[in-house]
Amino acid sequence: MLTVQFLLLGAVLFCIGVYGVLARKNAVMVLMSIELILNSVNLNLLAFSQRLDSIDGNTFALYVIAIAAAEVGVGLAMVLLIYRNRRSISLDELSDMKG
Amino acid sequence: MLASESALSVGWFLDHAWVIPIIPAVGFALIILFGRRLPMKGSEIGVLSMVSSLVLALGAAYQWIQRVDGASGEVAHGLVKSAEGHSAPYVGPIIHEWTWWQSGGFEFGIGQHIDGLALTLLVVVAFISTLVQIYSLEYLRGDRRYTHFFAALTLFSAGMLCMVLAPNMVQLILGWEIMGLCSFMLIGHWWEDQANARAALKAFFTVRVGDMGLLVGTGALFFGANQWTQEHLGVSGFNISGLSAWAMSGEASKSLLLWAAVALFIACIGKSGQFPLHTWLPDAMAGPTPVSSLLHSSTMVVAGVFLVARLYPVFWEGMKIGDTNINFIVLIGGITIVIAALLAFVQHDIKKVLAYSTVSQLGYMMMGLGAGAWLPAVFHIFTHAFFKACLFLAAGSVSHSGSHHSFDMKKDMGGLAKKMPITATTWIISTLALAGVFPLAGFFSKDEIIDNVGHNGYQAFMIVGLSGAFLTAAYMTRATYLTFFGEARGAAAGEHHDEHAAHDDHDAHADHGAHGAHDDHDSHASHGPHESPKLITVPLMILASLALVAGLANATPFGSNWERFKKYVEPSSEYVAVEAAVAHGPGEALSPVVVTAEEAEGEAKSGCSYEAPGAGEACYFPAVSHAEFKWSKAALSLIIVAAGLVSSWLFCVQYYTRRNRRLVGLTSRNAVLRGGYTFLWNKYYLDALYEKVIVRAVAHPIAAAAYWFNQNVLDGIVNGAAKISRRTAGWVYRNIDQRVVDGAVNGSGAAARGTGGALRPVQSGKVNQYGALLFAAAAIGALVLVIINT
Amino acid sequence: MLAADLLVAQNIGFGLIALLMIVGALRVVTVNNVVHAALWLVVVLSGAAAQYLLLSAEFVAITQVLVYVGAVMVLFLFGTMLTRAKIGAEADLNNKNWAIGVPVALLMLGVMTWVLIDGFGDEKLPNPDQQVPVQALSDDIFGPYLLPFWALSFVLLVAVIGAIVLARKD
Repeated sequence: MLTVQFLLLGAVLFCIGVYGVLARKNAVMVLMSIELILNSVNLNLLAFSQRLDSIDGNTFALYVIAIAAAEVGVGLAMVLLIYRNRRSISLDELSDMKG
Repeated sequence: MLASESALSVGWFLDHAWVIPIIPAVGFALIILFGRRLPMKGSEIGVLSMVSSLVLALGAAYQWIQRVDGASGEVAHGLVKSAEGHSAPYVGPIIHEWTWWQSGGFEFGIGQHIDGLALTLLVVVAFISTLVQIYSLEYLRGDRRYTHFFAALTLFSAGMLCMVLAPNMVQLILGWEIMGLCSFMLIGHWWEDQANARAALKAFFTVRVGDMGLLVGTGALFFGANQWTQEHLGVSGFNISGLSAWAMSGEASKSLLLWAAVALFIACIGKSGQFPLHTWLPDAMAGPTPVSSLLHSSTMVVAGVFLVARLYPVFWEGMKIGDTNINFIVLIGGITIVIAALLAFVQHDIKKVLAYSTVSQLGYMMMGLGAGAWLPAVFHIFTHAFFKACLFLAAGSVSHSGSHHSFDMKKDMGGLAKKMPITATTWIISTLALAGVFPLAGFFSKDEIIDNVGHNGYQAFMIVGLSGAFLTAAYMTRATYLTFFGEARGAAAGEHHDEHAAHDDHDAHADHGAHGAHDDHDSHASHGPHESPKLITVPLMILASLALVAGLANATPFGSNWERFKKYVEPSSEYVAVEAAVAHGPGEALSPVVVTAEEAEGEAKSGCSYEAPGAGEACYFPAVSHAEFKWSKAALSLIIVAAGLVSSWLFCVQYYTRRNRRLVGLTSRNAVLRGGYTFLWNKYYLDALYEKVIVRAVAHPIAAAAYWFNQNVLDGIVNGAAKISRRTAGWVYRNIDQRVVDGAVNGSGAAARGTGGALRPVQSGKVNQYGALLFAAAAIGALVLVIINT
Repeated sequence: MLAADLLVAQNIGFGLIALLMIVGALRVVTVNNVVHAALWLVVVLSGAAAQYLLLSAEFVAITQVLVYVGAVMVLFLFGTMLTRAKIGAEADLNNKNWAIGVPVALLMLGVMTWVLIDGFGDEKLPNPDQQVPVQALSDDIFGPYLLPFWALSFVLLVAVIGAIVLARKD
């Protein structure tokens, strides 16, 4: 197997995730897209772990999974809070930072 | 040389100097946990821990002196004529480092790095902290957050001591950040008042801007140096002595050193209140006076200076201090001296005068370091701490007992010399010391800085230093006159009952029960100004007597025998064999392999920092040269200082007491002077620039801020110019001028508004759009990098 | 390139799973139904777990299934349920300027593809002779990378408390 095939798969997933973050209106969907991005990173970590014959990539992939779990937890709690306050989780309506 | 190894004594105090910061740290925990239940509300723990730290620091200093003496044997370091070359053995620092934590193969140590510089600071910090805590017992009696105050003060001391001891950058950053936190807590001690809370935030954020430089610089140094230090010295790239050796080895990348030095110096600019980040320091005077005295004049703000002095080889090599070209440090230092000294003239608040004076003096230290005058700069830290702490405490004493908690010199002071003789005497002694009058402390350090700056080829900055000396003498005379002489005004004249209501409204002290025993206080304050109690005057007297004699610690004019500081504090710039260093850690068993001649004035420069060390050798400090003291040079600066004192005194008498017609109101009659005064009064508009422009550009649309800038700053300048020209030329000229200038102003205003308008849609407030910009920018940035690298 | 080096079976497996993952990922960001998107995400995450197995990261693959496919997905479904009563197709899940996303994503993909192919070309991965032993992994976590582990535990604790504080009705 080639190194580059895993890295390319990671790149494709990453870009799809980026597209999702940019295009989606629903906050939950944005969180899902972020999961895609995190998984593409994990794929890279593990590919390099294999390539360099080092175990560090595995360790960090595990850390990323744990962080992702925490992130989803907090993210969804925030979405819930926003929903409760505004009856909507559309990111388009959250434009209080408008200049 | 091994014979002298055994002579290098390492006593218990030196070996256990790491205990010094631990005592106040434990004290802090105890105060927080049990302080409220103790009879003196926790203050006794604070004072006790500082006293024990001081005892340990003094013990360590004593043993260090013994160690250096033992190493020198019969040949007293100072006795050697500088031209002949000397054979003072290398007295290495005492370094202990333990693994604090490790991650991914990197070890982060904690421990101690004891040498002359560290000990100087240890003694100064512990000493001033002790005195300030004793002073605070009285000054803050009955304060609402008395326990909290002592806890923060003690934690601050722990942080500073921890930083001073640091053997590596990680511990240094730890101490640095603890100090930043405590500074924030103490400035905002009376946070119920909006202004105080804002000042605390301002100090925190301004310093934080600089702190980014510390992290960046440390990271850059680590990645540059780690491999070399591991290979040659067996220490990590965080280790300070390792970094020094690396910087001096000639193998370090010059550009990396330059950028690391610049990044670190930005941190120093923030912490030590150098131009252009000095604006936080005067505002920090919102804190209680003991805090100003301890943190914002004598100890914390010299942390930046200390960092430069500590990592001097990095700055020396990075900024090329050895060349006589203008470098970043000397430039910033020079600018700071003059700018801050000028600002001190227009202040009404006695503490703000002192704050700008502190900024200016810090500028001297930086300028000294930037020009290769390492020893005078460090010596100035030492002397400055005493007299500046004394000045602040005296100002606090005046407000405590003389002016009914007011710090306004013009409204509430004057003629206090007779009412408060001890405070006045200590203040005047410290003022003279600050101005640099022979033979007080400031003379020996400040004059040495000026002298050495010139000696090292920075003649222009010698002139800056001399003009700074003139300004210092003048503004301190003004403050002295307004406070202690002339007619009594406001509260100093006993009018406090009329003003009492007003004070209650706006004065933080009165509001928050800084003097909770208010009735008690009023009862004796009603007799008018009086001398402060013993707990306040005794620290003042101690500090003032040190301001008298501290300069003798390195009295260059009296011959080399008096140069104790040079002997004990300045690291020796010898080539050191590194095999020993690898085996024992630097300082444990080092012997100099090459004895270098200290060059005389004007001779070709050689030695460490001019010739790279050979294989198996390392340098830990550049060979700095010292100016030879000449009375002719000193006389010049003494005359300048005297001129400053006398002219300012005469002016003050004429202006403030006689109300001389020609002088009073001069600034409102003469357009040039008025322009200058307004410019100074608004602090060069730097605050306006930071708060109104930069902060608003982030928080509000860019257009509004740019427009404001045009309206207030440019218009102000332009209008000033227009008014001057109106006086000098006829109405025709004025017409043209108005039209042209107005057109320019309106044009630039319109242009700024247009730019803002064009940028406005970007700030849509939509997260997706921000994300799109972010990712697009990242992609384009990556593309650019890829194209450059292929 | 010798045929024997190519590990045909693995390559076919990789290709199939990769195709499935890409299709799944595209569906996640395009479907008009939150629940369907979540289910497509399950496909992608499971595919990722399979790829980890190909990369001889057995333990990570199992963790991926347990944490992601199990716990995180349940969390997502709960989030969907709690924030929206209606679970069904919805017309406008994309925001108005989704068109910006396409060029940005394509630009990034282009840059990354170029760099990756330029950098790694046809460099082969070492053959995965055995899966990463769990013991070695634990030695790594509790040895040199203990500090990040501590930090991570702290982050998780904060996240738990934070999620409770944020989502609590009071």
